[in-house]
Amino acid sequence: MEEIVLETQNLTVYYNGRPAIEGISLRIPRRRITAIIGPSGCGKSTLLRCFNRMNDLIPSARVTGRVLFEGVDLYGPDVDVVEVRRRIGMVFQKPNPFPKSIYENVAFGPRIQGIRDRRKLDEIVERCLRAAALWDEVKDKLHQNALTLSGGQQQRLCIARALATEPEVLLMDEPASALDPIATMKIEDLMRELAREYTIVIVTHNMQQAARVSDYTAFMLAGEDRVGRLIEFGPTQQIFTRPRDRRTEDYITGRFG
Amino acid sequence: MERRQRREIAGKVFEAVALTATVFGLVVLAMLLFDVARRGLGVLSWSFFTRYPSRFPEQAGIRSALLGTVWVMALTALFSVPVGVAAAIYLEEYAPRNRLTRFIELNINNLAGVPSIIYGLLGLELFVRGLKLERSVLAGALTLSLLILPILIAASREALRAVPMSLREAAFALGATRWQVIRHQVLPLALPGILTGMILALSRAIGETAPLITIGALTFIAFDPKGPLDKFTVLPIQIFNWVSRPQAGFHARAAGAILVLLAVLLSMNGLAIYLRYRLQRRYQW
Repeated sequence: MEEIVLETQNLTVYYNGRPAIEGISLRIPRRRITAIIGPSGCGKSTLLRCFNRMNDLIPSARVTGRVLFEGVDLYGPDVDVVEVRRRIGMVFQKPNPFPKSIYENVAFGPRIQGIRDRRKLDEIVERCLRAAALWDEVKDKLHQNALTLSGGQQQRLCIARALATEPEVLLMDEPASALDPIATMKIEDLMRELAREYTIVIVTHNMQQAARVSDYTAFMLAGEDRVGRLIEFGPTQQIFTRPRDRRTEDYITGRFG
Repeated sequence: MERRQRREIAGKVFEAVALTATVFGLVVLAMLLFDVARRGLGVLSWSFFTRYPSRFPEQAGIRSALLGTVWVMALTALFSVPVGVAAAIYLEEYAPRNRLTRFIELNINNLAGVPSIIYGLLGLELFVRGLKLERSVLAGALTLSLLILPILIAASREALRAVPMSLREAAFALGATRWQVIRHQVLPLALPGILTGMILALSRAIGETAPLITIGALTFIAFDPKGPLDKFTVLPIQIFNWVSRPQAGFHARAAGAILVLLAVLLSMNGLAIYLRYRLQRRYQW
């Protein structure tokens, strides 16, 4: 049996009082890649953003149910949201490096936690850029503006930046959807590499990508009421070859979405 | 075919009208500048800057008015910029989107449209009489600060809003507190816009006459203002005074003072453009 890192229990998210996702119960195993798939508007990103409480930034959002991170309810009263986001990193759909140097992008997380020592920062920057398979490409231009990098490099920089706060979980919201096929391949290889140490949850609407990289797959779907629900969750192999639910089969065989 | 020709003619006519309007504005401005320069260039000399006002036109200078303007502008910037930027940060980054916030926003916009003499009356009651600051540099600066606060807040909010949401999200997702996000990501990017807004707001203040006359700034100051509690005058008031004298000699002095005021204004605007250019290059994305 896998060790569970993140678990949602009957999770419902409301925007302006209307549910966007409803009754989601899901268990995410440690050091595995879990893909959340489903057609547009089914609430994949909303679910992902519950894991690091990014939904807090949307004033009209309200969350019921529980999200357990190593057994602790992330929405509990004593939880420090800043600490949650440090331990659960996030990579966004569109690469969003800060308009600063490559070095400063990676050093930002450690810096705001109060790490000032230059040697320590140097060490973190190098380690994270290596982990994100970007070091060899940028080691001679660490102090160049990050926006001079290509889209794929920028996205790997964002991954390096997320790793610098030493998270246990990496949330990735369609991290390759804005990239070309070669850059996408690099990101996927990198994810397999990172899964040795980190738990990864990836939202993707690219089923081939989910099938290629993930160990577990969750399929979500919004019904007529436009409320997203979890239809099926299981090992990726099983979801793609022997889905239990008819709707899952329809989706993965390309009959809709 | 005919219809197409008509459409093309309509287009040409509109282009001509728009061009005329543009040229008209420029020509009037050029004529004004030319006229002022013709009359005022002759009086510009070192002694014009170092002498106090006088009954004799040929001896009158702008020393106290220029110093007064510098004093008032420096204090106005000191009071209005921190308050204006902080208010903008609160409204953009912290304030909940509710009716109270909307009410505050609406009223700030309304305040920007209030005639400046009303601010003069407010300053007279509040600072000159209420706080017993008398007709001091401090009272003048506080009055002008109130006057330009709405402009500053609006410009700063504009600059903050131009910072992409994705950068705030990126910083939040790394475990930054709201203040860290603002301090390290949002403010540096908004700074060029805020600086530009600040300088444009101060350019508005530097030309204001009515509110300062209302609070009782004097026209004849034959000493240097040395502190915030001293009496003062400013360039626009000195110009206003000289223009209203009958002697032609004073009119030339007024034209000279206008040239000085224009030079200060243009260099402030030039500085704004330069700063925006430099900072934007540093942070372009």
